[in-house]
Amino acid sequence: SCAGPVESKTEAAMSELVPESRQKPVVPMKPMGINANLLGYIGIDTIIEQMRKKTMKTGFDFNIMVVGQSGLGKSTLVNTLFKSQVSRKSSGWNREEKIPKTVEIKAIGHVIEEGGVKMKLTVIDTPGFGDQINNENCWEPIEKYINEQYEKFLKEEVNIARKKRIPDTRVHCCLYFISPTGHSLRPLDLEFMKHLSKVVNIIPVIAKADTMTLEEKTEFKQRVRKELEVNGIEFYPQKEFDEDLEDKTENDKIRQESMPFAVVGSDKEYQVNGKRVLGRKTPWGIIEVENLTHCEFALLRDFVIRTHLQDLKEVTHNIHYETYRAKRLNDNGGLPPMAVETEENHESNL
Amino acid sequence: YTQLLFSCQFSDSAGYVGFANLPNQVHRKSVKKGFEFTLMVVGESGLGKSTLINSLFLTDLYPERYIPGAAEKIERTVQIEASTVEIEERGVKLRLTVVDTPGYGDAINSQDCFKTIIQYIDNQFERYLHDESGLNRRHIIDNRVHCCFYFISPFGHGLKPLDVEFMKALHGKVNIVPVIAKADTLTLKERERLKRRVLDEISEHGIRIYQLPDADSDEDEEFKEQTRASIPFAVIGSNQLIEVKGKKIRGRLYPWGVVEVENPEHNDFLKLRTMLVTHMQDLQEVTQDLHYENFRSERLKRTGKPVEEEVVDKDRILQQKEAEVR
Repeated sequence: SCAGPVESKTEAAMSELVPESRQKPVVPMKPMGINANLLGYIGIDTIIEQMRKKTMKTGFDFNIMVVGQSGLGKSTLVNTLFKSQVSRKSSGWNREEKIPKTVEIKAIGHVIEEGGVKMKLTVIDTPGFGDQINNENCWEPIEKYINEQYEKFLKEEVNIARKKRIPDTRVHCCLYFISPTGHSLRPLDLEFMKHLSKVVNIIPVIAKADTMTLEEKTEFKQRVRKELEVNGIEFYPQKEFDEDLEDKTENDKIRQESMPFAVVGSDKEYQVNGKRVLGRKTPWGIIEVENLTHCEFALLRDFVIRTHLQDLKEVTHNIHYETYRAKRLNDNGGLPPMAVETEENHESNL
Repeated sequence: YTQLLFSCQFSDSAGYVGFANLPNQVHRKSVKKGFEFTLMVVGESGLGKSTLINSLFLTDLYPERYIPGAAEKIERTVQIEASTVEIEERGVKLRLTVVDTPGYGDAINSQDCFKTIIQYIDNQFERYLHDESGLNRRHIIDNRVHCCFYFISPFGHGLKPLDVEFMKALHGKVNIVPVIAKADTLTLKERERLKRRVLDEISEHGIRIYQLPDADSDEDEEFKEQTRASIPFAVIGSNQLIEVKGKKIRGRLYPWGVVEVENPEHNDFLKLRTMLVTHMQDLQEVTQDLHYENFRSERLKRTGKPVEEEVVDKDRILQQKEAEVR
């Protein structure tokens, strides 16, 4: 990726500590066209470095949810994304366990560190989704969980004595796993995405993409994109939240060509051409997870982690959370929901 | 066999009667008559059913296929679609009917999705029962379902609740052969794990799948054992021909290699095909002797009499029977 997007995301990282409006902080620029030399160097630009250091010290939260039928490789994919054993699969979950009778929500937290930056990663798994004979309304427990996190945050926000840094358990990103049938979406896929795209950032992915040849993949992706469009499903990155032309151009390309990403996950390594690579070994060849000619895992990883991670959080905070908050306030006659309790808090603080 | 016929006719050895020739006569008559076989295919959309059927019988049973989108599927119920094709090989004619069940397992609520299928199977039994009890039995057409390929998803960790319910409801009505298609999704280890899991769950739920009969004296015992040990068959189908080492073979071309349908090291396709064609006779027999007889005795127990006599109007019965004889 080029220097442009990376820099803008770094600037946005500054707002991690104090959630701001979506306007990027103004960075002082030398006046154009005027031959004015600043009389010496001031050092304003060191603020970027200060912010970066602060972020590194504080670390940040990222909450990713995975939804899809049992066996689509959700746990493996998350492990591959973060190159660590962070999913339900790795924390004592037995692969031989039965499918739960209802949808369960299982959140597992890990702290991972890279280049001095600490990330508190929470993976929220949803076993049982889509696995029953009758899957009607099986998205409801998921929607409920997401809204509960918004409620938790709201309660903290309206407290008189607020925590310096409100713990953020809100779901920043929901990976929805589409079964690689090669035909079309399933009715359940449509229903889920229709309901949930309004409350959370949904990134649809085509699971176990090594099932399809290149032509089948291209056709399937086209068909899925069309179906999503026809049914008015706005997946992340949503068109209406593109900030400027730069964003729009970048995101248009992703929306219309790359997504949904057709991925393959693996936590096993093999030797290919003298290198150790993550892959899957079959009698007819080794599928390399990070090889772009084999699958689009690397695109998904770059998208979620390397370029749009902060944006995912911002959209969650500034759009989805605000929508929830506004609705709650309206329902409450314009008053913050916890007006009474905060008084109690106040008393106890005295 | 013509040689044998010849030698029997002109044998003069004392005590030799000649009825040892009977199997040849039966065989000859069957060949002339041709065989009928009905195969039902059940499984969710997109599991590779149609591709597999086309690969098995080297035909294109679904030329103008329309694949509905998700929004349409929401409204759809399970359909029954039967296509018949006549295949001839070395003078042997086979009238193969493939019964497809589009819509199975697609709906958000799949609770009723096998009702239609059960009804279809029962209807064929009913019809056969009716024909069997009729006067003109020369040309009874056997449309009963002789075998049902049940497709298990290669993407799961074993059987799904729907798979279990379906097989439990139908193992007393039809020969169930579980199949794992799109097997190229799995590494060899994953395949073994899935097969074991499926077999465990089948036995756990008391599901009776089709059992291969023990090898006859002239059959290869070892081959039979190997075939038996491969169930459920993990197969790959393909409608495309790819050039490999100068030959054109059925396969799938990936950036990382070519999967060959008829390569026993890649999948169980050949085993499945061999099993099916060498057991068509047995599948029909078990359908007749077990499933049909079960249906028939249940049916007769319920009403106490064969279908025909339920019609009260005796004149009408007489007229019907006269028409049949004509």
